[in-house]
Amino acid sequence: MVKKVTEASQAVAEAVKLCRPKVIPVYPITPQTHIPERISDFVDNGEFDCEMIYVESEHSAISAAIGSSASGVRTYTATASQGLALMHEILHVVSGMRLPIVMNVANRALSAPINIWNDHQDSMNARDTSWIQLYVESAQEALDTTIMAFRIAEDHDVLLPVMVCLDGFTLSHVYEPVDVPEQKTVDKYLPKFKPAFSLDGKTSTMGPIGYPGDFMGFKKQQHEAMLASLDVIKKANAEFKKVFKRSYGDGLIEPYRLDDAEHVFVGAGTICGTARTVIDKLRNEGHKVGMLKLKAFRPFPEDAIVKACKAAKSIIVFDRSVSFGFKGPIFAEFESAFYEASQKPLLHSFIAGLGGYDVTLDHIEDAFRSAMTADKPISRWLYKE
Amino acid sequence: MLEIRIHGRGGQGAVTAAQLLAISAFHENKFSQAFPRFGVERRGAPVESFCRIDDKVINVRSQIYTPDLVIVLEASLLDAVDITSGLKPGGIIVVNTSKPVKGAKYSDFKVHTVDASQVALEIFKADIVNTPMLGAFAKVTGLVSLESIFKALEERFAGKGKLIDLNKEAVKRVYEQVE
Repeated sequence: MVKKVTEASQAVAEAVKLCRPKVIPVYPITPQTHIPERISDFVDNGEFDCEMIYVESEHSAISAAIGSSASGVRTYTATASQGLALMHEILHVVSGMRLPIVMNVANRALSAPINIWNDHQDSMNARDTSWIQLYVESAQEALDTTIMAFRIAEDHDVLLPVMVCLDGFTLSHVYEPVDVPEQKTVDKYLPKFKPAFSLDGKTSTMGPIGYPGDFMGFKKQQHEAMLASLDVIKKANAEFKKVFKRSYGDGLIEPYRLDDAEHVFVGAGTICGTARTVIDKLRNEGHKVGMLKLKAFRPFPEDAIVKACKAAKSIIVFDRSVSFGFKGPIFAEFESAFYEASQKPLLHSFIAGLGGYDVTLDHIEDAFRSAMTADKPISRWLYKE
Repeated sequence: MLEIRIHGRGGQGAVTAAQLLAISAFHENKFSQAFPRFGVERRGAPVESFCRIDDKVINVRSQIYTPDLVIVLEASLLDAVDITSGLKPGGIIVVNTSKPVKGAKYSDFKVHTVDASQVALEIFKADIVNTPMLGAFAKVTGLVSLESIFKALEERFAGKGKLIDLNKEAVKRVYEQVE
C-alpha cells in the first residue's frame, strides 16, 4: 500500500492497472482525458501489459470494447459528456449482450450551450441503458469503486456493464491523499476474468436477432440481473472491507449521521463531501440533520433508502441534472420510493450545480434551514439569475 | 483549515505549485487538497489555482471564496486582477516582486515580498517562479518545512535529477530572502 497525494484521474488509472484489463479502446474527451493519458503512461513504460486501441470516436471505442469483451478478455474504457452520448446506441448493445465492461465517466454537462464543466446530465441520460451506475465522492472512492466494479460486472449472477461516475474537474482534476493498494491485495479481491460466454475458440453466436417470441425473455433476464446486482454490489462492498479495510455504507447507499436525522440531505458525487461539512456545523447547533449519499443510481436501492431514512421528517434532494418537463431524476425516484412507504417525509427538490455552477456550503445550509421550517414541498433551482 | 489561492498567468505553473503544496503538506502529516480553477486556460492570461490544508480530513469540495493566504507569482497581476478578493481580514499576501507592495487596499493584510524572479534567473536562467515561491510560503507560514517541499519536488519530478536539485536550490534561496 502506498499512500500519496495524487490526482483522482491518476488514482483511477492506478485502479485500472491493478485490475489488469487486457484491452482498452478509448477516445479522449475533456475532462476524462487524464485517465487514458495516465493509463497510456503505464503501458508505455512497461508497467502494464494491455492493448490500448486508439480509435476515431467514442462510438468506435465502445464498439471495439464489445469485440474485446466478447472474445473473453477483461475490457475497460472511459469517457464523458458528448462522448457518452455518442456511445449511446452501443451502450444498449453492451448490456443486451451481457458483457461486463467497466467504464469510468468523468461527469460533464451536455451541449448546448457548449460547456465542459461538471454535472450529471450525461450519465442520467444513459439511465435506461441497463448499465449499473455507481457515483463516487473522493479520489479514494473512485479508485476503490473502479476495482469493485469489475467484480460486480463479472459476477455470473449479474453480467452487466458498470459505469463508475466521478465528477469531471470537481473530482477528476483534484489532488488529494489516496491509498494505492498492492497488486497482490487486488489480485486477492478480484479473481482472474472468467467469461460466462466467449467467442474465443468456440463456435457460438452472440448478438443474434431476437424474434418477438424470445425478445421479452431476454429483457426480463436483463432486468432480473440488474435487480440481482443489488445483493452483488453489497457483497462486493463487504468483501472489499475485509480485504482493504475500507468500505462505503452498504455499497448502494452511504449514511452520514443519518440514524436519528429528521432532515436528510440526498445527493450523488462530490457535493456529498460539502454536505458533510454543513451537517457537522448544524449538528453542533443541535439540529438533527444527516445525509444519505446515493452511490448506486442503477440499480435503484429503494428498500434500503426507505429503511435508512426512518426518522426523516424531510428529505432534501440535490439533483445535478434535470429531466426536462418533469423533475430531477434522483428526486423522482425518491418520490416513487416513498409512495408505498409507511413514513411520509416532505420531499424537497433542488436542481443545483448544472454545467459547473459551484455548489457551496451556503447552498446546502440554506436548503437545510428552508426544509426545517417548510410545511409544504420546496422546488428550487439554485443559481443567480 | 488554511485555504490558499495562487495567482499566476497561464503557463507559469500555478497549478503545479498548488499540487506541490498539497504534497508538501501531506509530508507534514496533514490533509490537503489542490485543484485548478476549472476552465479553458490560455497562455499569459491570469489564472488561479487553489489548495486546502488541514489537520483533519477535508470534505468540502466547493471552490475557495475566502482564502487565508494568497500567493502572487507575478507583480503585474496586482494591477490586472483583484488579488485581495475575498481574502480574510488579517490574511497573508506573498508577492514575487522587486518593489514594495503599497496601497490602502493592502492595509488589512500582511504583505510579504521576495524577488523570486531574480533568484530564478540566476538559477534556472529563466523566470520560472512557481516552485521557488513555495519557499516563501514555507517561511511565512511555518506550515511546511523545506524538507517536505524537497520531498514533494522529488516525487513530482521523479527521474529529473538536475531539475530537482536546481528547484531545491531556488526554493531554499527564496525561503531565505522573503521579507
